[in-house]
Amino acid sequence: MKLIFEISKPGRSAANVTASDVPAISIEEAIDKKYLRSDLDLPEVAEIDLVRHYTNLSRRNFGVDLGFYPLGSCTMKYNPKVNENIAATPGFIGLHPYAPDEFAQGNLQLIYEMQKYLSDIFGMAEFTLQPAAGAHGELTGMMMIKKCFEVKGEKRHLVLIPDAAHGTNPASGALCGFDTVTLRSNSDGGVDIEHLKSLMTEDVAALMLTNPNTLGLFERNIEQVAQIIHGKGGLLYGDGANANAFLGKTRPGDLGFDVIQLNLHKTFSTPHGGGGPGSGPVGVSAKLVDYLPVPRIIKNGQDYNWSDNFPHSIGRVRAFYGNFNVVVKAYAYIRSLGSEGLTRVSEMAVLNANYIKEKLKPYFDLPYDRVCMHECVFSGKRQVAEAGVHTTDIAKRLIDFGYHPPTIYFPLIVPEAIMIEPTETESKETLDTFCEAMIAIAREAKENPQRVKDAPLSTPVSRLDEVLAARKPDVVWKKTG
Amino acid sequence: MDYCPHTNDDITQMQAAIGISSIDELFADIPKKFRLKRMLDIPAALSEQQTITAMSDLARKNKLPQLTLTGAGAYSHFIPAVVGHIIGRAEFYTAYTPYQAEISQGIMQAIYEYQTMIAHLTGTEIANASMYDGASAMAEAAVLCAKMSNRTKIIVARSVHPEYRQVLNTYSWANGYAVVEIAYAASGQIDLNALQNQLDDHVAAVLVQSPNFFGVIEDIAPIADVVHKKGVLLVVGFTDATSLGILQPAGASGADFVVGEGQSFGNPLNYGGPYLGVFAAREKFLRRIPGRLVGATLDKNGQRGFVLTLQTREQHIRREKATSNICSNEALCALAAGVYLAALGKNLKKLAALNVYKTQYLKNKLMRLSGWHEVFAAPVYNEFVLRCPNARQVNEKLQAAGIIGGYELHKDYPELKNTILFCVTEMISKEGMDKVVMILK
Repeated sequence: MKLIFEISKPGRSAANVTASDVPAISIEEAIDKKYLRSDLDLPEVAEIDLVRHYTNLSRRNFGVDLGFYPLGSCTMKYNPKVNENIAATPGFIGLHPYAPDEFAQGNLQLIYEMQKYLSDIFGMAEFTLQPAAGAHGELTGMMMIKKCFEVKGEKRHLVLIPDAAHGTNPASGALCGFDTVTLRSNSDGGVDIEHLKSLMTEDVAALMLTNPNTLGLFERNIEQVAQIIHGKGGLLYGDGANANAFLGKTRPGDLGFDVIQLNLHKTFSTPHGGGGPGSGPVGVSAKLVDYLPVPRIIKNGQDYNWSDNFPHSIGRVRAFYGNFNVVVKAYAYIRSLGSEGLTRVSEMAVLNANYIKEKLKPYFDLPYDRVCMHECVFSGKRQVAEAGVHTTDIAKRLIDFGYHPPTIYFPLIVPEAIMIEPTETESKETLDTFCEAMIAIAREAKENPQRVKDAPLSTPVSRLDEVLAARKPDVVWKKTG
Repeated sequence: MDYCPHTNDDITQMQAAIGISSIDELFADIPKKFRLKRMLDIPAALSEQQTITAMSDLARKNKLPQLTLTGAGAYSHFIPAVVGHIIGRAEFYTAYTPYQAEISQGIMQAIYEYQTMIAHLTGTEIANASMYDGASAMAEAAVLCAKMSNRTKIIVARSVHPEYRQVLNTYSWANGYAVVEIAYAASGQIDLNALQNQLDDHVAAVLVQSPNFFGVIEDIAPIADVVHKKGVLLVVGFTDATSLGILQPAGASGADFVVGEGQSFGNPLNYGGPYLGVFAAREKFLRRIPGRLVGATLDKNGQRGFVLTLQTREQHIRREKATSNICSNEALCALAAGVYLAALGKNLKKLAALNVYKTQYLKNKLMRLSGWHEVFAAPVYNEFVLRCPNARQVNEKLQAAGIIGGYELHKDYPELKNTILFCVTEMISKEGMDKVVMILK
């Protein structure tokens, strides 16, 4: 497809500018010429061409509304339409962030109540909604842990991270000046308790744990893990990427977590927009409340106000208050579902994952064969050994069957990993046909491996040369000729 | 209501397939003592109709002003209808990060086009797919400069947005860097002598904003000279992104990084978010910059296509050695910006000029009020600072008329008592401005 620049023609425009109702002055009179730009080389297209360009681009994109999207760890559930309508109303989109609090009481109440709801759902003392995404929330959480020890005058420079953790965990720890130490998983897919005991010292600030972990398995020894960490004065950090597994079933705060970061765009159904915006609220136990980012909302009687007056706060991690409009959608979702609805979310998500696990078990290696939570992780080892077909080939072939592939090659501790997260919003029929496609591909890998390796065969482009992209980077279009 | 499609019969069949007789068996790994034995303490479930009513009630508790004369990092601009229609296409907004290139060409080509437009507008060679917002983009640029140079001091102009400096302080503290602030001169621009005096071998980066928080346009070229002579990197931000339609881009004046808030390009005020962190840089930093990058390449048949590229910079590969932990960004806001810029095209310049006309109009009118004075002499784009007899009273009077006035600067600059930062965009009519002047007379 042509680029927008390649359909540009001088003199066209898809947006006019209102004529000035005040006297037009000479710009150079107001702004010295040396500050003015000489060229402005943006595309020039008519509205119809603009609309067709982007509409045709959209047809080359796959979203949840087009089909099953079992991207493990990303919780690609259905995004209810009503929440989009609500969030687009002028009352929610129209206010300036510096509108005086008396203009924004509805927004403030919404944020305040959202913090309360999340605090109860996750068993934490308080929440902040300021971080813009999950990784941003992680960074915020680790900053609070750093601040906590700084205020207490304790020098702890290590953070423990399981070998199965998301890559954002070590990166977030390192950005707070911590050195990271890798904690081994045991043969059961859980934390290796003996290894944890040997690593846990008074130099360790925190363990960053995902529960259920990235294998989709609940950490059975969580009580012992928390005791070992807390016993040496450390803190337990929770990556809430997998929160869709336990809503209404258990609460991280009760399990001993001191911090948990969420992804509203995963667990609470806000659309991910092709890469964002997300929203990464962070909840803390009573030990860390003083360090939450500012500003925080104070409720006085029926009035809500922002306050900066928290001397131990880590400060701000973002301008203004976070991705407010994303929070509106997640708030509406919680109000729609209520307690029973949220509990059913996790029950159905876990049911769906176990159903897929059982149906595909005969055809793909399952490295940890136990009840899983909201996702299951297979290995493509058998297909590699039998026919030289790799997980990436299986993923690409799934595209031809009309599915978005699962997460692949993660977690790193599973070779040729295939991580499937169906979510609760998929029907039995969808799961059945997906499993049939996986089984058909497993068969095809044996009978006609080349066909799998050539996939996808149905997309506007075939497999792309990533090595070329990295060797000769072309990230900005340049006019030629 | 929930969105789970299973019938009771479905559930029974699935349980049988798994070999369980109740859903509870699937949660057996959760130790009994930690299983929640009560309902969650949240309001009862609502039907779709009830949800709409409850949410409208909340929205109605907000008061939408007739006019907003505050900018200060968030700007009200007209958004052409095409923007909403395009980003409202579910193929875009219900997708995740484009990990599978063959079925994500749409968003990736759109982001590649966005990167191209941003690089051009900022006068740089490269731009990434977006950061969270202007403040975090600036903080991440500073952290990157420190990591690349192994230096530990960051210099920031005091005329940079106060909240951006707060975010910078947070990120710098976490990384163990020191932040030094540089005063502004009487003109409202950075005090170049003060800057020169602070430049030493420990300084990794100098951060300025143009237009700065006072609306004042900085003279970037001499700043770049001074900074580069000491082997230091220059990061230049901006306030209202539409200023890029008319002002000389910082990249063309020697900035190493140009970062800022892209919300003005097709994204509503949204009470502060989601917004769009713009991150652009000189080509030599391509392999170090944070965030996603879309690159053009070829498929097996020699056809052009797009991929997420240079991923070895990123957290999921480099883990603790990554320069940033950013993962999700603001892709849909970047798409909105791309559509907005493609829609306006060269009319962005006309729009920026309109902002200048209107700003000058209100500024001149207000300056004629008794006791009102201009605070800074340097040229401005669409924001300006005036001193008045009583700033609080001015905003209270406007508020009583349903108008959100300007930003009172003394909160962040105690020395600037009774000064107000006003912003005028194309959304404010002459009639509205005349009304403001009438109220304040």
